[in-house]
Amino acid sequence: MEFSLLRQKKSVELLLQKVDSLLESIGREVRIMEVCGTHTMTAYRSGLGHVLRKKGVRLISGPGCPVCITPEGVLLAAAKVVEEMENTILVSFGDMLRVPVDGKSLLTLVPAQNSSVKVIYAPEEALKTAELNPDRRVVFLATGFETTIPSIAWVVLEAQRKNMKNLFFITSLRLVPPPLRAILCSGDVNLDGFIYPGHVSVIIGSRPYEFIPEEFGVPGAVAGFEPVDLLLGVISVLQQICAGEAKVDIVYTRAVQPEGNPAARKIMDTAFECADAEWRGFGVIPRSGLVLRNKVLDASREFGLELSSRKAHEACRCGDVVKGSIEPEECPLFARTCAPESPQGPCMVSVEGSCLIHYKYGSVRWTGSA
Amino acid sequence: MCLAVPLKLVEIEGYEGIVEMGGIKRRVNLSLVENPQRGDFVLVHAGFAIAVINREEAEKTLSLIREMEQHS
Repeated sequence: MEFSLLRQKKSVELLLQKVDSLLESIGREVRIMEVCGTHTMTAYRSGLGHVLRKKGVRLISGPGCPVCITPEGVLLAAAKVVEEMENTILVSFGDMLRVPVDGKSLLTLVPAQNSSVKVIYAPEEALKTAELNPDRRVVFLATGFETTIPSIAWVVLEAQRKNMKNLFFITSLRLVPPPLRAILCSGDVNLDGFIYPGHVSVIIGSRPYEFIPEEFGVPGAVAGFEPVDLLLGVISVLQQICAGEAKVDIVYTRAVQPEGNPAARKIMDTAFECADAEWRGFGVIPRSGLVLRNKVLDASREFGLELSSRKAHEACRCGDVVKGSIEPEECPLFARTCAPESPQGPCMVSVEGSCLIHYKYGSVRWTGSA
Repeated sequence: MCLAVPLKLVEIEGYEGIVEMGGIKRRVNLSLVENPQRGDFVLVHAGFAIAVINREEAEKTLSLIREMEQHS
């Protein structure tokens, strides 16, 4: 399959002409939230974000960066594991381990005796680490949205099936639709539409977003991550505005079904149950997280780790960036004390963080090589 | 972290498969997808296939683009 067609200059420019004609009939600026950090990356790395802004489509980054929305308390609990628990390996995804807390990160802490911190790329590596180290405890700091949660769930169920005694989890698993409701209810951000996250939607489908057009009358489209995919999403939103309608359109039909991936969701539901959860910037959002059903595997319960609520860096505005209420450049720390080599908050650490993306690609202009 | 790439499934062994891109082979876990077939493109995220790419739908999007190009 010629996926390269989805990145070609000619295809993109033809779609941009379509954007122009739709904007002409709308006759004003249109504000669209791209919920997922990977969409932010598509828009900025190619320079398309700037092209769209000049034309009159303002893309506003949403809360779709798991590292960025993980609350401080979770990192503090993981720090306690590293510093105080002997004979323990903490494993997590690289970006998570580099988030600053009190001027340090999980990777720069001095571990307790015979303990260490290990970067993993795939959840299955947590299981393998535990199998290879039967005489040590392994604690998996497991973070993510619906895209990643089924794979973490599979690891949980495998640990149960194999009756492993040395693998535990600190979970910070979050669901994408609830913060979108929180954003719409707060009225802080004016939005004309949403680009819904393509890979979260592979798992959950399009139905969990239906409340957005139904209750708030806001159009939206589930889009993929190539430049053409993103523009097809923008065009769908503009077409809905023109037609005076609001729905959840799927333009990423090669990967997303309205019902999502039921097999993956079943695994997810077997391992986890829904609970209220804290988000950086939002506070507690009802029924927005998943927690382990099998409490024996829960490291916070097993080792008495308190998941406290706390904001570490007063000046850091990551909490407002993830809600879309400010742009990274509006944070007083951005590109001053906060930069990729000295990040002050998670949005400058994560590859999907708006601050890092704006810092790295903010001056990139569309040249046709996406 | 929600990055996922479509890769061609070239082998299936139980719940695991081998995907290939540009001659590089990688192992993926197939537990989250129903009935994957050799030759399918699967969307790979964090070592797991999370979807089988629907070829017909992919073709529809691609032919939409081709059509636009022809008429421009």
